[in-house]
Amino acid sequence: MSLATESGRDRARARNGWLLSLPALVLLIVGASGPLLIVVTYSFLKPGEYSGVIWEFSGQAWFQVLFQRDIFDGTLGWADAHLTIFWRSVRLSLLTTAITFAAGLPTAWFIAMQPPDRRAMWLFLITIPFWTNLLIRTFAIMEVIRNEGILNSALMGLGLIDRPVQILYTDTAILIGMAYVYLPLMVLPLYAAIDRFDLRLMEAGYDLYASRMRVLRRIILPIIRPGIVAGSILVFVPSLGAYVTPRLLGGGKNMMIGNFIELQFGQGRNWPLGSALSMVLLAVVMIALLVYVRVAARGDVVR
Amino acid sequence: MAVPDAGTAAADRAGAPARRVARRPGRAFSVTRLPGFGLVAVTVFVLLYAPIATLIVYSFNDAPTISVWGGFSLRWYADAWANQQVKDAALRSLLIASFAAAISTTVATMAALGTTRRGRFPGQTFIYVMINQPLMVPEIVTAVALLIFFAAIKVATGYQGLGYLILAHSAFCVPFAYLPIRARLESMDLSLETAAADLYATPWQTFRRVTLPLMAPGIAAGAMLAFVISLDDVIITEFVKSAGQDTLPTYMLGKLRRAITPEVNAISTALLGLTVLLLTAFFLLTRKRG
Amino acid sequence: MRTILLTTAALAAMAAAARAEGVLNLYNWGDYTSPEMIAKFEAETGIKVTITDYDSNDTALAKVEAGGHGFDLVVPSANYVPIFVEKGLLAELDHARLPNIGNIAPQWVDVAWDPGRRFTVPWQWGTTGVAVNTSVYGGDINTSGIFLDPPEELVGKVNVVPEMNDIISLAIFYEGGEACTEDLTVLRRVRDTLMAAKPKWMSMDYGMVERMSNNDVAASVLWNGATMRARINNPAVAYGYPREGYPLWMDSVGLLADAQNVDNAYAFLNFIMAPENAAMISAYSRYANGIAGSEEFMPEDMRTAPEIVIPEEFVSAGHFLPTCPASATQIYTQIWTELQK
Repeated sequence: MSLATESGRDRARARNGWLLSLPALVLLIVGASGPLLIVVTYSFLKPGEYSGVIWEFSGQAWFQVLFQRDIFDGTLGWADAHLTIFWRSVRLSLLTTAITFAAGLPTAWFIAMQPPDRRAMWLFLITIPFWTNLLIRTFAIMEVIRNEGILNSALMGLGLIDRPVQILYTDTAILIGMAYVYLPLMVLPLYAAIDRFDLRLMEAGYDLYASRMRVLRRIILPIIRPGIVAGSILVFVPSLGAYVTPRLLGGGKNMMIGNFIELQFGQGRNWPLGSALSMVLLAVVMIALLVYVRVAARGDVVR
Repeated sequence: MAVPDAGTAAADRAGAPARRVARRPGRAFSVTRLPGFGLVAVTVFVLLYAPIATLIVYSFNDAPTISVWGGFSLRWYADAWANQQVKDAALRSLLIASFAAAISTTVATMAALGTTRRGRFPGQTFIYVMINQPLMVPEIVTAVALLIFFAAIKVATGYQGLGYLILAHSAFCVPFAYLPIRARLESMDLSLETAAADLYATPWQTFRRVTLPLMAPGIAAGAMLAFVISLDDVIITEFVKSAGQDTLPTYMLGKLRRAITPEVNAISTALLGLTVLLLTAFFLLTRKRG
Repeated sequence: MRTILLTTAALAAMAAAARAEGVLNLYNWGDYTSPEMIAKFEAETGIKVTITDYDSNDTALAKVEAGGHGFDLVVPSANYVPIFVEKGLLAELDHARLPNIGNIAPQWVDVAWDPGRRFTVPWQWGTTGVAVNTSVYGGDINTSGIFLDPPEELVGKVNVVPEMNDIISLAIFYEGGEACTEDLTVLRRVRDTLMAAKPKWMSMDYGMVERMSNNDVAASVLWNGATMRARINNPAVAYGYPREGYPLWMDSVGLLADAQNVDNAYAFLNFIMAPENAAMISAYSRYANGIAGSEEFMPEDMRTAPEIVIPEEFVSAGHFLPTCPASATQIYTQIWTELQK
């Protein structure tokens, strides 16, 4: 094969790739990314007196992300409130991803192993609760876990506990809520990957006397990795910016980054700081995604 | 490149229901069983439906709060039915979600075809990052940006219709539609399409008859995710909506600070019932055809 | 293609309908507008009212300021009215077109945030105090100590609504300061008190009508009308007026400078200042309204409600919150962030 045709094919490939992606790109540039430039700009401006911004350059917002001047003695220190909030968000989001994976993999597997004509039905069963909106679902979860709710009543009825366990308004409640809300985002990509999985590979594994755990670890997980990664990204990233669930189930005592950014755009009246914090969050997520692109690319090479 | 064995496997999967290898008579050992998986799956389904069951039960509650039981009654259904604001909001939610799911799934499918398999090309990472961008930014930030941007357009053009909401929803639904489709494409091998091309199928025929049917589960998953994500959106909608454009979530958000009445339980249960009916009908119809 | 065309046509039609003759677009807090009152207005005038909800003053301000929203009337709180006015977002009212303007009770005419009612007319007013379940705690409830230094019975059962201005102000009054103060010695005590109290709170959340009714929460910082709604469900709930000082608030209706249905808006503003109509608004949300003579049209339970009628001894402790300067807000936001980290 001559070098010339090869580069010609590469060019055609790139052209097709761009052309096919074009509608999505246009939609996103108009409806999402383009307007974000406004936010980038805002992070370098001064906050307006009551809302919005004053059109004067200032690096103050970026400075405030990491440092703060103590309001009482004027000393300069780390903005440890910001760091605490960031760390809590990352921790809870990672935990949510882990929980949805632990619950989602068996569920996706279970669905994929149903006879083909029934799989779609099971998929719908997974998504049906999500056809009611997020606020309603969150309220329904509150009904289950509150002190006089179904869970505590059942546990007390069974004599397992004699006083209600406080779940509502704790980090546990946030985790339950986020895992519930984001579960289908894990199950659907996992299912899509498992569905393409060649079962004879497992058979081969067993023929070679591998244990079930070994088959799971060495055969299944590596092959469905694109699904795992897609699911994890779909769960991790929205959890990181979650707003409604922490506000309602966490009882608002401890903010996550989404609530904190909202505070800056709302009652805090510091749009530049809110913008700068958003950019930081964007960077964190970009790093996570770059890792994903890397991992996914490695998967291509193996195949 | 195309291992013949993998080709037949794909053919198996596409057509015949030869799923359970454990079908061999007299063998209890099922290859597809994994320890504890069944139990976890069943638990997940139970937990998934517990809150929904509560929601349904309390929608028939006679008491004026959503969590103190006061006997059976249909009064909240009557109230919801009489409340034009709630009905309009619910319909508007469904309308926007349908448009957003259709648009985002279409463009996401195209983009997934353009960016997966058949090797990498310059700018692919850029496209990838762009497509996933709505995932990376918390909603409130996109919301504020869109508020300012769309407001300028609204003032300039005088058009204040639902188009803005549909556009915004379509945009942030793209990654949710794209990722499952891409995951599906990545685990599909090329041999069938290569075979079709070898048999002189045109690229369009190959796409229409081979690629698209193989992609269908991914597309369905993507469209469903997009629909659900659009239905759920609160904050972007709150900032983009013009006069008279409340969706069910923004209607509820407005009530959050005061009190959520069981009316909302009733309308949600009614919508849920409608959805289940529609989906069941859809199933029965498609099954007959198949 | 045809579907797209049809859809576009339908969307355009919907947009046009919102601007046609005989409509009015009201932008108000959620669950705050009496449907009966709207029905009566529509029947009398033939004007179709569209209500769109918001959940915070800040959202409303941001949207209105951005423009292109299509709203005619907005209902900001007292401390936001001067901001709306300063930014030129409200149109000055032509009192000649409002025959009922004389119905505003005298004490609500020359208000600090809108002297002479040049820009707004009253919607509803109320107080921010503490709601306590008296079956859990039987002691004195007329103090901010309920949430700033909770008695033993209430530890771990107190809710604080996440309203920065209300909470910081209550704490400032508790420490002997004044609203919008920038006095650092007071603010240091405010921060320390709040930080010490926080571990004794259960949550910082809204939706307390529900949670007080079903005993999830035993005490909460709460608005008076919400407390009344909770008390009707759960008679053990009582409303306390913190004697150290508590915020008074009023939400007023203003005509937006870029309103498209100005005539209809005037008709509506005039309509809600008729006592019998103002009473309908109050009967729905359970707050008083500032229109003289509306009491006689109100349901009996509201005329005597302990949440609505402020006891003589606590009247002087109520203060309207002024619009704080940015320098004060910045300090408050830092304390608030510290509190919620």
